[in-house]
Order: sequence, then structure tokens, then C-alpha cells
Amino acid sequence: MINSHDILETINMIDHENLDVRTITMGISLLDCIDDDIEKACGKVYDKICRYAKNLVRTGEDISKEYGIPIIHKRIAVTPIAMLAAACPAMSPVKFAKILDKAADTVGVNFVGGYSALVHKGFAPGDYALIESIPEALSVTEKVCSSVNIGSTKAGINMDAVAKMGRVIRQAAELTADRDCIGAAKLVVFCNAPEDNPFMAGAFHGAGEPDSVINVGVSGPGVVRAALAKAGDCNITEVADIVKKTAFKITRTGQLVAKEASKRLSVPFGIVDLSLAPTPAIGDSVAYILEEMGLEQCGAHGTTACLALLNDAVKKGGVMASSHVGGLSGAFIPVTEDAGMIEAARSKALSLTKLEAMTAVCSVGLDMIAIPGDTSAEIISGIIADEAAIGMVNSKTTAVRLIPAIGKKAGEELNFGGLLGNGPIMDVNPKSPAKFIARGGRIPAPMQSLKNCKCWRALPSKPPTKGSALGTRWGKPFSGEKKFSPKPPSKNR
Amino acid sequence: MNAVITVLGKDTVGILAKVATECAAVDVNILEVTQSVLQGMFAMIMFVDITNCSVPFSRLVDTLTDKGEEMGVKIHVMHEDIFNAMHKI
Repeated sequence: MINSHDILETINMIDHENLDVRTITMGISLLDCIDDDIEKACGKVYDKICRYAKNLVRTGEDISKEYGIPIIHKRIAVTPIAMLAAACPAMSPVKFAKILDKAADTVGVNFVGGYSALVHKGFAPGDYALIESIPEALSVTEKVCSSVNIGSTKAGINMDAVAKMGRVIRQAAELTADRDCIGAAKLVVFCNAPEDNPFMAGAFHGAGEPDSVINVGVSGPGVVRAALAKAGDCNITEVADIVKKTAFKITRTGQLVAKEASKRLSVPFGIVDLSLAPTPAIGDSVAYILEEMGLEQCGAHGTTACLALLNDAVKKGGVMASSHVGGLSGAFIPVTEDAGMIEAARSKALSLTKLEAMTAVCSVGLDMIAIPGDTSAEIISGIIADEAAIGMVNSKTTAVRLIPAIGKKAGEELNFGGLLGNGPIMDVNPKSPAKFIARGGRIPAPMQSLKNCKCWRALPSKPPTKGSALGTRWGKPFSGEKKFSPKPPSKNR
Repeated sequence: MNAVITVLGKDTVGILAKVATECAAVDVNILEVTQSVLQGMFAMIMFVDITNCSVPFSRLVDTLTDKGEEMGVKIHVMHEDIFNAMHKI
């Protein structure tokens, strides 16, 4: 029997501590929609999305009602559109963006991700055209999100793409300057992009994924903060344990929702993303968790250590609660979407350089940061290159989602409204990396990429046939290794 | 298939009766009730069997939530699986 304390704890988490499932994201492969006639391809894309996702929103609402847990977003991630654009090189890929927007409206989801290209090792057909079209695509659509992967631990960093993305981010902001530069808020530049991430703006449906899949992103920074507040003055080991226990509970709700959605929609369950995703709502902030650990304000010295502990403990607690974990998993630090971060940035306790250090230990990267409108494309590219280098060397996902506030200066504010929030424009180091960025080329993959090794000791369980290469070694000790020979029992005993 | 109905709020006459009446009207069987009143605050947890519920579960949720608003209390109706998932390994 369930005890009443557990019941009241769950209800308190939902009612007062903002526990929710952040998103159910349906991944849909569009590989079977590729056509050299863009009109036909768009028709197939629209039909497939509407056919697969027609019950997504209703199912999400039903589950939310039955289990009493809010499910905030229902979203769709599709195959990187650059793969479809490759088949019709003469046409602008913006048509795909418009059809994705229309399909999102029809099925009622609030975002569709996958206007994407993966160019970490170079540009394939379709990639360049798609990247060129991103600013226009984001300005003429509302629900389409775009991402570009420009580096990976295995491939290195494509510096031509880094240079290009600096310009694309600026253009995306310029084209939507009348709407608080929202175009740039829907564009993420990745290093080591995960193929199953359910969170926007970086969600896309990777080429290795099944035809369709259900991925769920959990949330709940408010619950973690409240649990730490209740614990009072305990030592940091106990803090880590409390975070683990709370993350376990949060993730179990995500796992339940994911399995139920998968069953009802007859779509395979992919992963649960164990991320603490903040919202601008008071109390739903990752920064407040760090402050609860004992920092005067987020951004103080010690912030990176607290965030490292939090990120690790969230994963450790969550991983046992779900059968498949994936996506970004950890703690997000989007500045304009987090009440505590907004306050810290306003009071200058939190700077871009501190945020960069924090991204070495958080789950993603420099996220939702407004920068001065006169920041040059080269400086933006420099920020992307730094961030990608952190991801590449540490074998982790890093990302950059910067919003150049066209016509505004540091200290002024941008306001996107809703979940994207609002926040101050942060100072950027004005020294130019233009010459470095203009060099182009590719930063070679680091030593960490060379993980394939031949293990001499991996012998088969049965002796191989006589005469084979391994047969000559079988049963013989390796050099420097003594053969085990038990001594006979001593006669004295 | 079981669900948990919780009622939290200021104590008034007939809260339990009204919730029980709503349950009976849609063939929901009450299995167990625990209730406490502390300094005028009413807290009730009710385990119910919804196997033979004559209306869709989501409609029962809506009906009882509305009833709670009428009485000035907060009523949650949740499938028991959410608690099992969260608190049992």
C-alpha cells in the first residue's frame, strides 16, 4: 500500500515545487520523404508528420490528466532537413521550413525541431544551402527550430562552419530585430549533438533512430531546491545524496509518462532525458539550487563546483530510474529562462566568462544569452569555437544559443515572453578573433577520439583450430606472466 | 485498477459525503479512507477502485476537481501508478 506521506509529498511537488514533465517529443524520420521535386517532398513531409503525430497532443493531455502530472510541451523532432534538401539542390530549403510550421500548426505542437545540418567534418550537398537559408526560415516561421552541429570529439571542429554560423546567428537576429531578435533564440550551434535530444531548440531525429520514437524530457529544479532547503545544514556528501534521491523520483515520473505515451501511440519508447530544465517562473530555477548549496549568488566563486556536483548527482539518481537514458541529461543553464540566472546577470554576479567555465560541467552550453547588438560575427564565431573546443576535448555536448540584441547595448533588456523568458544583455570581450576565424579549415580531433584499440587478451572462449594464428598462442602464458601452478599441500599439516 | 483521491483545504460539513456520492454515481468503489483535521485544515486520502468506473477516468477527474472548487478545497484524482513509480523501486 502507498503511504500517505508519499502521496502528500508527490502532490506538494506538483502543486508547490513546479514538478512537471517538460516535454514529450516524437521523433519522426523523413528519410522516406526525400524527392527531387521539392513540392512532392513537402507534400510527403506534411502527410507523414500529420499521420504520425495526429494523436500526440491529445494523448499527452490525457496522460497528464490521469496521472495528475503536468506535461508542458508536446513537440516533434524530424530528420535533419539538410538530408532532404540535398535531393533538390536548385530550390531554397525554406519551403521545408514553411511546411514544417504548417504541420506543427495542424497537429497542435508548440515546436518542431530538425531544420538542421550536421557538418562537423565538412559540408555535404544540401548542408550549405540549408545553413544559408536558416535566417530566412526562422524569420518566416514561428514553430520551427534549427540546429547545426559543427564539431565532435571524433571529427574535430569544422572552422569554416564556425565562421559561417557567426554570420548566420547575426543575420537571424537582424531579420527578426522587430520581434526581440527571436530568430536567434530558435537556433543552436552544437558540438557532439545528441541524436535523441527531446529539448528545443536543438532537437532533431538522428539518422540512426527508428522510423518514429517517443523521447521524454523531465524537469523539476524547484523540487531539488526544496529538498535541499528542507535538509538544512548538512555536508556536501549529503547534498549529493539528496539530489540523487530527488532526481530518481523526478525521473520515475518521466519514465512512467514515456512508457504510457509509447503504449498509447504505438510508437517505440526511445529515451528519458534527465535534465533539470528551468523556467522563468519563480522557484523553478537551477541557479536557486546552486544558491541553496551555499552560494550568495549564482556566479560567485564556487559556482562551477556546485554545478558539477549537481549535474553528476542528477545523472546518478536518474539513471537507475529509467530503462533508457539519453539526450542531454544533466542541468541546463539557460540565462533568460532561469529567474536566478536573470537576477545574477542583472547584478553582474554572473558573467559570460563564468558561464563558459560552467559549461564545462553542465549538460549543454552557453544557452539563451543576449549579447550587445554590435557584436561582430567573428566574435560570435570565436565564442562558438571556444565552446566547441570544451565539448570536443571533454567528450561532452556543448552548444551555443546567443541572441545578438540588434540596436541595443549591454545592460539593456530583451523580452521574448513565455518560456524563452527575458534577460539583460551581457558584456562581451570586444577584442577581435577575426584573423583566427578567417583561417578556416578544421581543428583536428583530439587524442581522446582515438579510442579504438586491439585487445590482445580477448581470446575466444574455445580453443581455436590448430594452425590458426591464435592457436599458436593458446594456452601459453604471455611474456612476463607466470603460469599458475598450485603447490601440493604441505605434508606437515 | 486503483486511483487515489486527495482532498486538502479548510474543513467544512459534508466534504467526505459529497466526494463519496460522486464516486458512487459513477460506480467507483471506495477501498480505504484516511482523514485528519488539524487546526481546521482538512486532509483526506481515499483509495478507490476505478475498474468498473462508468465514465472515462479523465471525466471523473474533471467532475471531482470542479466539485472541490465548489467546496473551496483542492481535490486531486490521480492514478495510483504515479505514486508507485515515484516511491517504490
